[in-house]
Amino acid sequence: MTAPPSTIAPPPPRKGIGRRASRVLSRHPRLELASLLGAPLTWLVLVYLGSLAALLVTALYTTDPFTGNLVHTTSTTNLHELVTNRTLRVVTQRTVGVAFAVTVIDLALALPIAFFMAKVASPRTRRALAVAIVLPLWASYLVKAYCWRVILDPEGGVLRKAFGVSPGFGVSGAVVVLAYLWLPYMVLPIYAGLEKLPNSLLDAAGDLGSRPVGTFRSVVLPLLKPAILAGAVFTFSLSLGDYITVQIVGGKAQLIGNVVYRDFGAGLIPGAAAFAIVPILIMVAFLLIVRRSGALENL
Amino acid sequence: MLVSTPARWVLRGLTALVLAFLYVPLVVIAVLSFSSSKSFTWPPPGYSTKWWHAAARASGPREALLTSLRVAALATVVALVLGSLAAYAVNRFRFFGRDTVSLLILLPIALPGIVTGVALNAAFRQVGLDLGYLTIVLAHATFCIVVVFNNVVARLRRLAPNVDEASADLGADLFQTFRFVTFPLIRSALAAGGLLAFALSFDEIVVTTFTAGPGDQTLPQWIFNNMFRPNQLPIVNVVAVVVITLSIIPVYIAQRLSSDPTGGLAPNE
Repeated sequence: MTAPPSTIAPPPPRKGIGRRASRVLSRHPRLELASLLGAPLTWLVLVYLGSLAALLVTALYTTDPFTGNLVHTTSTTNLHELVTNRTLRVVTQRTVGVAFAVTVIDLALALPIAFFMAKVASPRTRRALAVAIVLPLWASYLVKAYCWRVILDPEGGVLRKAFGVSPGFGVSGAVVVLAYLWLPYMVLPIYAGLEKLPNSLLDAAGDLGSRPVGTFRSVVLPLLKPAILAGAVFTFSLSLGDYITVQIVGGKAQLIGNVVYRDFGAGLIPGAAAFAIVPILIMVAFLLIVRRSGALENL
Repeated sequence: MLVSTPARWVLRGLTALVLAFLYVPLVVIAVLSFSSSKSFTWPPPGYSTKWWHAAARASGPREALLTSLRVAALATVVALVLGSLAAYAVNRFRFFGRDTVSLLILLPIALPGIVTGVALNAAFRQVGLDLGYLTIVLAHATFCIVVVFNNVVARLRRLAPNVDEASADLGADLFQTFRFVTFPLIRSALAAGGLLAFALSFDEIVVTTFTAGPGDQTLPQWIFNNMFRPNQLPIVNVVAVVVITLSIIPVYIAQRLSSDPTGGLAPNE
């Protein structure tokens, strides 16, 4: 018996620099790792961590009150201001409140639709719904916020004309629009999490006498926690730094982002840099908590 | 049956409501782009295509669109190279600080855009780099790396771990293995990640605001700058509808790519 003829000719063995480099790399895995990670790490460390360091350094500078120029002497005035200034504290609290509200609203909206997609809908409907959820994500963020201007407008807006009420432009308007903008980021991980959840678990809970609400609370929610937290990282972080949406539909309301943007535009760069550290601290704390649950693997 | 019939109907109703929440604003803006009135009156007093003609003649949005496309293309190329290198390293090696690398890649998108924007601006000032086209690309590439990385890592994880070894046993060197084995297997993941990176960059405004020079304007910046000008409002409407419509193309491509089989090598599919 003869072996069947090979249909694919193997690529000819190469000679030259590529071959030699390859041999060296496979004998020295550390060198291979270094050559793979070198470029991306250099980029991220130089451009990104370098920038964060520059931000910290800038936060220590001050602005000359007369000329408006940066004074390159380090002082902790700006950092001190962060802790003591009442307005900044109120703005920070408001921002965290908005980010929290947006996350909760998105969670409440995402759970039923994700559950419907993963456990009720036919495969065809499921696929169509997945597209329908993702599609708005591709439409410009700005355009979508702008659409809401038309809807929320307290005089002559769509809501006003159709229902006679509108939250108008303000903090509540901003919360609604931010929740709208980031909803897909919450639906997608929860849907993926629910899809992985075996149906037999739900059946078993039912067989053991659990009512749907009980099953949801004691079976579904604990298993969904990493997925929910993964979604929350997005909705929370994206809301925390937003200033565009707030400018478009938030009326006079100010969040951290608006204050940073305003000070930055006014040339008060050290102050803006110092205030920009606040969301970093909040997000790092958030990520550290989330990391324990393994949610980062779901991003 | 997993879910009782009344519960199904409740879920169906809620799903419909959420979908309405997602789509009504987009429909409203599409209708308004055909309004004969200059302002946002609802319902529109009459319909016309005059704003579409005006938008087609306007040069501002066209130039901004070109800038956006150029920035997004360059940022995507950088993100594709850096993201897949990092993904390959993280998947292939177990090394000290591996989790930290993943976190570092995630950080530019996990931290709010305004932080990234102000930080990059501060850095460019310190280094003495003039803000302009290049700085936008630098900034965008930085936060686009993560989407390529995530897509490629997810794909590499699902590949059988021994294809590399099989290829080496058959005499291929590392570069040949990449070219003939790994690359064809991750091609669709690269395309999906690249597409997402492109869309992310194309849509970005916060980081852009802090890293663009006075002479450069991306499409989102153009929209934002003209949104509050009553004269430009109807044209902004039209541009918005065009952008929404254009977004269907990448979604369609992404859907096609996601149904692409992994060549029968994925163990769990």
